[in-house]
Amino acid sequence: MSNIKTTKEDNFQHLLSTEGMSKELIIKIFDIAETFLKPGKHDVKKVPLLRGKTVCNLFFENSTRTRTTFEIAAKRLSADVINLDISSSSQSKGESIIDTINNLIAMSANIFVIRHPESGMPKYIASNVSKDVHIINAGDGNNSHPTQGLLDAFTIRKYKKKFSGLKVAIVGDIKHSRVAKSEMHTLSILGVSEIRLVGPKIFMPDDIDPTKFQEFNDMKAGISDVDVVMMLRIQKERMQQEIIPSEKKYFESFGLTTELLKNAKKDAIVMHPGPINRGVEIQTEVADSSQSVILAQVTFGIAIRMAVMTMLIYKKI
Amino acid sequence: MSIPEPIILIDQLYKEIIKDIDINTCLIGIPNGGHLILNELKKKIKLDINYGLIDCSFYRDDHDESGLKVRERTTSINFNVEGKKIILIDDVFYTGRTIRAAMNELFDFGRPKEIKLFVLIDRKMNQLPIQPDFSSCKINVPYHEYIDLIHEDEKLIFRSRKI
Repeated sequence: MSNIKTTKEDNFQHLLSTEGMSKELIIKIFDIAETFLKPGKHDVKKVPLLRGKTVCNLFFENSTRTRTTFEIAAKRLSADVINLDISSSSQSKGESIIDTINNLIAMSANIFVIRHPESGMPKYIASNVSKDVHIINAGDGNNSHPTQGLLDAFTIRKYKKKFSGLKVAIVGDIKHSRVAKSEMHTLSILGVSEIRLVGPKIFMPDDIDPTKFQEFNDMKAGISDVDVVMMLRIQKERMQQEIIPSEKKYFESFGLTTELLKNAKKDAIVMHPGPINRGVEIQTEVADSSQSVILAQVTFGIAIRMAVMTMLIYKKI
Repeated sequence: MSIPEPIILIDQLYKEIIKDIDINTCLIGIPNGGHLILNELKKKIKLDINYGLIDCSFYRDDHDESGLKVRERTTSINFNVEGKKIILIDDVFYTGRTIRAAMNELFDFGRPKEIKLFVLIDRKMNQLPIQPDFSSCKINVPYHEYIDLIHEDEKLIFRSRKI
């Protein structure tokens, strides 16, 4: 899925996917985000950039971290924030969502942050709103989670300073993960030298482009000599569907342990989008180690979301 | 319109500033010009005072017109401004909007005892009831001409552009 009007920097109307974004636009988002890290440390953490604007968080699926960081980001920009939790079962598809959106637009909402279990829903909504309304995809089905992909790449830039020459392993259920997809697009656009997809065969997408990504079905080989290990959350529902045998079995083969991490570079960083399943995909000692940057990702996520919202409102960047 | 050499104007600014400063004074430059002036002042001022930068981009009122810029230098105030005597330093005083934004940002750091404004050039075109307390020179420049202080070929110069 490509973004609507995001390829031209001066026409950044929606953020729907990291696919098809220009390198220049991503770097600009990062540079703007960098400037938002400082106000986050001040006593008064607010800046008046979005004063008078309204941000509407529309979550049709559960979320704590993403919704909270979007809310904090909007509030730090001095926007008014409305949070709506709508269970997907209470909504019939299509028209009724557009009706909900139109009602909120009538209340002068400027930005919609949308999470939906169905892939493509933010894009569908974006194609039904006027020019002065902005849609940010906060995760749709197993399709895309662009701000997560951006904040993960931003975290890598903060710790590794560059993208060329880096070896990055994305570990877990690549096939069903919207986070993995957004990370893959972003890292590939930014020119990461080696992007490895690590996990059991059953978790690998069918259409991996071998010119961009390397598949590893063995954890030790997959993270050997890498600069960055990006872990993915194993979704419990996959266990229920018996796609993988058990948490214990999965951990034995693909859980990141202190012992396994020794195969990566000495200064390798460990990332995870959260929430982490300790003892399923990651050992507690690794999650809490000095190599773990999991909590820094959360902090950087606020700055990235502030940058995206500001850039959507102020077209000239 | 000829403008005196920046270094001469900075020297005049320095002579005025030392009449006014004590250990409770903090000099805060507005990038990029104010930052360059601060670098020169730091070489001359012997008193151990606090220096800072205030970028104020997030507090401006003209993002719709000029967009949001990626800045090289961001706000850096690593001291408590509460009860302090602040002298804002900028290269050119134009409409007064930058200074308004700078003061708004400054008040998010605390409540200074007083704020003064020292600049090298006063263009005398203020659009707000804000004026510098001291300017090294006053000049008339057409509205659509933009002047700023830059560092080029290892020296400070004034750059003039049409906007």
